[in-house]
Amino acid sequence: MDQIAGIINLDHEQDLLDELTYFRCGAAVPFAGRYRMIDFTISNMTNSRIESVAVFARRKYRSLMDHLEQGKAWDLDRKRGGLFILPPDWNDPTDISRGDLQHFHNNIDFLRRTLADYILVSGSQHICNINFQDVLKEHKDVNADVTVIYTKVDELYPEHQMAHKLDVDEEGRVTSINNDQGNTNVYMDMYLIKKDYLYELVEECIAHGCSHFFLDGIKAKIPDLHVHAFEYEGVHALVNSVESYYRASTKLLDVEERDELFRDDAPVLTKVKNEAPAKYATSSNVNNTLVANGCIIEGHVEDSILFRGVKVGEGAVIKNSIIMQRCEIESNAVLENVILDKDCSISESRTLIGAPEKPFVLPKRKTM
Amino acid sequence: MKNKECVAMLLAGGQGTRLKSLTKKIAKPAVYFGGKYRIIDFPLSNCTNSRIDTVGVLTQYEPLVLNDYIGIGAPWDLDRKYGGVSVLPPFMQAEGGGWYEGTANAIYRNLEFLNQYDPEHVLVLSGDHIYKMDYSDMLDYHEASGADATISVLEVPWEDASRFGIMNTEENGRIDEFDEKPEFPKSNLASMGVYIFRWDVLKQYLIEDAEKEDSSHDFGKDIIPALLKDEKKLMAYTFDGYWKDVGTVDSLWEANMDLLQPKPELNLNDHTWRIYSKNPNQPPQYIAPSATVRNALINEGCRIYGTIDTSVIFYGVHVDESSIVKDSVIMPDVKIGKNVKINRAIIAKGSVIEDGAVIGDPAPDSEITLVAEEGSVMASSYAANS
Repeated sequence: MDQIAGIINLDHEQDLLDELTYFRCGAAVPFAGRYRMIDFTISNMTNSRIESVAVFARRKYRSLMDHLEQGKAWDLDRKRGGLFILPPDWNDPTDISRGDLQHFHNNIDFLRRTLADYILVSGSQHICNINFQDVLKEHKDVNADVTVIYTKVDELYPEHQMAHKLDVDEEGRVTSINNDQGNTNVYMDMYLIKKDYLYELVEECIAHGCSHFFLDGIKAKIPDLHVHAFEYEGVHALVNSVESYYRASTKLLDVEERDELFRDDAPVLTKVKNEAPAKYATSSNVNNTLVANGCIIEGHVEDSILFRGVKVGEGAVIKNSIIMQRCEIESNAVLENVILDKDCSISESRTLIGAPEKPFVLPKRKTM
Repeated sequence: MKNKECVAMLLAGGQGTRLKSLTKKIAKPAVYFGGKYRIIDFPLSNCTNSRIDTVGVLTQYEPLVLNDYIGIGAPWDLDRKYGGVSVLPPFMQAEGGGWYEGTANAIYRNLEFLNQYDPEHVLVLSGDHIYKMDYSDMLDYHEASGADATISVLEVPWEDASRFGIMNTEENGRIDEFDEKPEFPKSNLASMGVYIFRWDVLKQYLIEDAEKEDSSHDFGKDIIPALLKDEKKLMAYTFDGYWKDVGTVDSLWEANMDLLQPKPELNLNDHTWRIYSKNPNQPPQYIAPSATVRNALINEGCRIYGTIDTSVIFYGVHVDESSIVKDSVIMPDVKIGKNVKINRAIIAKGSVIEDGAVIGDPAPDSEITLVAEEGSVMASSYAANS
């Protein structure tokens, strides 16, 4: 069996997540009650039997490193392979690389040492449950140079405007990568390439002073390369802004969406927190809500997501909101269309109401 | 290697017959508790939180689940280079071998295990109780008093004292008499089954006890009386806090219900004394629009469409529309259909309760109903009272 190694490239990720990325990179943003964005990418990789995963981190990665630890949550604390967090600490005086090519150039040892023949490069913003072995199979069947992964969206939202789109011919070959606003073939920031070929393209890009490997090394070469498009048909959300974060979170209240994302045969794993089960008091009234462990609920919660360790006091009302880890909502407070980042507290009888299309976001550790 | 100050020996071989079919396939310490835990999580977490990093777990009855669960001890931070957790089942030797024949015998047969750490003290625990206790405080007391053995005791109501092993003490806490389930108790200090011994003293008594043919090789019946007879210094260490023997179906149910008090005596949300357990890694629980949940503990992976009232729900449980679960404990991965009524029951892991089934007796003092065969299917026509 051919092996794949993974690279999670956090360079060039769009960030309109405002308050949610004040203190962390997008990959470390909490999502779905107990996860971080990057958990989906890493779990997809390990569920696809990828045993070596490198994370190209550049900015605000403290929280990310804290979360990933040694990769234990994904069984990536290994003697062979495992998790490699690669922040920028580069001292090569001859280095002329720029942009994300700096990462490829300075971490070339990761590629050299891995026994894998193929490299799957992914960002962290496309929430999905995908098996990269299926991608590899198709890649080999059509004998492609590069396989890029895309999904057809039913409706184009603002978050898709920033994504690249693909034109694909009948044989599944990519004819162009563009920003056509009407194109529903959304590129998922994931591609598969043979390792030796990746070296070659990286060297060439650096020699030509390029700064964006995907645009300069792959997109610009579409006429010369066989770039194949793999269509992913499962549940998908692109999270690159507050609005898309809110939209993607709300979708999780739908049982079918959730079942497709959280599958027994391809589970999404995350760091274990050892919280007690959630406690619902006699006065609580909860409906259409995802609740994580460690919560203590005495108030009213509907159409919302509560992360681990949230406390909701008696008489408090929470609607259409996302409340992150360890927030405390005191009694009789009212929250509607709100995203509270971690460790926020809302004092007694306070009211915070955002607009349904633009939730009010409170940054980490704020008290209202 | 440096010797260890204190090594814990956790007696986890018990069958727990009074838990009926809950322990048909698993040892008592592996029984589920509190929506997320197994009983053994409590002594193991206590050890870690008390900075005791070497624990021998003595297994015997149905060890498969327990062995798999404990593994290398990672959930409790007991995966250590020197020390950590060791599962110690009975074994054969050149001179023979066989089953452990009592609590003292189980430790005696593992003298070699203890010798390799050459500890100052040995902490003997049982895997049957729910409590949070700092063993290092007890160890400090044991060392400061210069005792040969220290026994942790709990003040129980006088009327219950005859159900326990009772320690009669002098004013300074020195034990001068031990009464196993006395008809007329002279004290209300009950043994919690937590002992600390000086290892050199314990070793000597274990070796002597092993040679006695009439001994039942039990700590309470043989070792403690022998120490008292020789006027060794035995001290009582009074523990003040929640402690529960969950040895029967009723007490297991009650202990679960205790967690639903507005301010439960056993606080599971205390971040300074976490109870660790192996994590099932499931998505957050979902409470549907049709659901009513009040006074409940619910774990990851659950989907609640019906009514949950005063109940403890483990991970991965599905409760469908129009079903009512009241005053009950639902263990992991149970699937409950529509229009089911469950009252005062314990439902074992993986059971399937089909639409319309009626289980349990809602009368306040009725016996607790047990649906305890793992993976049992209760048909629509099923109706049972205790």
